[in-house]
Amino acid sequence: MTLHPTTPGFKDNAHQALRDPELQKALGHVQQGFIYKRQSAVERLPEFENLREAARDLKDHVLKHLDLYLETYERNVIASGGQVHFARTSAEACETIVNICKSHGAKSVTKGKSMVSEEIGLNGAIEAAGMQAVETDLGEYIIQLRGETPSHIIAPAVHLTKEQVEVDFRRVHTHLEPARDLSEPVQLLTEARGVLRQKFLDADVGITGANFLVAETGSSIIVTNEGNGDLTQSLPRVHIVIASIEKIVPTLEDAILLLRVLARSATGQDMSVYTTLSTGPRRAEDPDGPEHYHVVLVDNGRSAMLGTEFEDMLRCIRCGACMNHCPVYHAIGGHAYGWVYPGPMGAVLTPSLIGVEKGGHLPNASTFCGRCESVCPVKIPLPKLMRHWREREFERHLTPAVQRYGLKIWGFFAKNPGLYSLATRAAMTTLAWLGRDKGRFTSLPLAKGWTDYRDLPSPQGDTFQAQWRKRQKEARR
Amino acid sequence: MSPASARPRVGLFATCLVDLFRPSVGFAAAKLLEDAGCEVLVPPQTCCGQPAFNSGDRVTARDLALQVMDAFSGCDYIVAPSGSCTGQMVKHFPELFDEPQLAMRARAFAGKTFELVSFLTDVLKVTSVEATYEGRVTYHDSCSGLRELGIQSQPRALLATVKGLELVEMKESDVCCGFGGTFAAKYGEISDAIVTKKTAHVSESGAPLLLAGDLGCLMNMAGKITRQSKQIEVRHVAEVLAGMCDEPPIAARKEMRR
Repeated sequence: MTLHPTTPGFKDNAHQALRDPELQKALGHVQQGFIYKRQSAVERLPEFENLREAARDLKDHVLKHLDLYLETYERNVIASGGQVHFARTSAEACETIVNICKSHGAKSVTKGKSMVSEEIGLNGAIEAAGMQAVETDLGEYIIQLRGETPSHIIAPAVHLTKEQVEVDFRRVHTHLEPARDLSEPVQLLTEARGVLRQKFLDADVGITGANFLVAETGSSIIVTNEGNGDLTQSLPRVHIVIASIEKIVPTLEDAILLLRVLARSATGQDMSVYTTLSTGPRRAEDPDGPEHYHVVLVDNGRSAMLGTEFEDMLRCIRCGACMNHCPVYHAIGGHAYGWVYPGPMGAVLTPSLIGVEKGGHLPNASTFCGRCESVCPVKIPLPKLMRHWREREFERHLTPAVQRYGLKIWGFFAKNPGLYSLATRAAMTTLAWLGRDKGRFTSLPLAKGWTDYRDLPSPQGDTFQAQWRKRQKEARR
Repeated sequence: MSPASARPRVGLFATCLVDLFRPSVGFAAAKLLEDAGCEVLVPPQTCCGQPAFNSGDRVTARDLALQVMDAFSGCDYIVAPSGSCTGQMVKHFPELFDEPQLAMRARAFAGKTFELVSFLTDVLKVTSVEATYEGRVTYHDSCSGLRELGIQSQPRALLATVKGLELVEMKESDVCCGFGGTFAAKYGEISDAIVTKKTAHVSESGAPLLLAGDLGCLMNMAGKITRQSKQIEVRHVAEVLAGMCDEPPIAARKEMRR
């Protein structure tokens, strides 16, 4: 049921995105909001850099002992009255969840925001089984109405303008007064809240993701700003937590460390508005809560990353800071990446999960500016990991032929300084002569990728090395 | 290391782009180093191997790293007028070798390799330059220099000592210009969108001269600026610091002489 990737068509996707005026308008907000807010949150916390290091070390520790912590977590979930299901693939995860829903005779399923559920195509599976899946995060609700996928891992509808959302609400919420005013974001929010309230009450099963799973207590933790997660998990009879295996942390204290860097990196908040823990089903003394509690732990390619050069990627806590700071993401938005995870983290994770044959464009479509790594709360060396994908592609001859042969020829000359000097002197003096009037080329046969968009400065003349040698000789005379 | 009394022997790694496209930056770098009391050597050289490294061709990257280390073995320091090539030599050469001997050699090489402007300020403790430039300039922080090597205050400190020069900051001077080596050609359309934002910020700054420390970024921005027919000149920061602005700006025509 995994979402069909359009990543092989990345260049076409990007082309469309760059020509989409609504998208470009919406993307302007990403650049301004997130970056400034994160910056000021970080400046308010002098120990932030130390926390990043501690967060990195914590996640590394967990990944080294993942089996141990998963078993501890499972034991503690069971001890608190819940059940744990391990799913190797998307298909297994979907099947498990659909079966749980069916066994409780569910008709309606509410969902908190969960990227792994997007990854496994859960909504499609639930609907194919004849049940209704209702997204309750505002952004997710909007894109569900539009039949879209998230374009950002924490702000799924960030590619939309409020005018577009208004059109969708008027199209779908036909039971409401047509003349109502929806020009302000708060009016859209209020309307969605009203519509969703009944859905929460009607739901038989609530599915939430997890920001963290705490091994020592068997708890799952979600953070939201809308409180939709709380209603999703406490109102229905059945609560299902879906999480990928690397979400585990040893203790509550460890979870708090990660919470301290998560919201600051994501939205620039000190804390998200709601931080909600769930541990097993409702106990006798609890005023509310679900009767049944299930956790579905999804691998879907992650354990294969352990012990490889891509293991660092499993530290990711899905804050979105990398994409918020990425010039490529700013230019094209998230959908162009063609699958669930966009931006720098997607450029590393997507090839790991869908294969580099399909995801190969993504690690190449980076300037390696390094801004992502500089803001990552768990210090994932994203450019380095993208480079590792390029190495895999090069080894397997997946690099485009033009680039491979170009590199080969260039490499041959670069490794032979004598020949290099002869060839470059001839080439540069010729180019300098050709470009002597304008000082630049507006079009050059072998450099169209460059000159289609910008001029190529012409060389000044002979090479620096040749001129330097000449001057040294003259000085000695 | 040479005796303390002797001038430090500095190997100038010109970088491919300066060697091929803009030798005047190499001469400006040499002048700055000599003015600061260095003996400047230019051993025969080609490329640091970054294009191969970033294209996933580690074998060629290793070969070229070894070639660079051999060529500059007689130098006390290796200095390049580029944060990007310096980043390759300082941060990535050591990643290329698993063999203990070679890894150690790469680390030692990295330890004596510096980007030009930060070498002047941080190692040679240069606090001012003898240069004059009348007018306003704006400075773009190239990514590798900024984020791999921490170069941000150094060029600004020296520019502040250029007589007549006024530095005006552009918005988001620390955001990528969209060059990214082969990225600019492979994903030209995306690169174009990024550089278009950059040149808009350059324009908004109001400065008639744009400076940076990396010729790749400069060629990208200059090429866009001329394509957009903006009246903004573009130069490497070393040219202004050395007071060597006789050559036409990047991508600009020579003055017509009658």
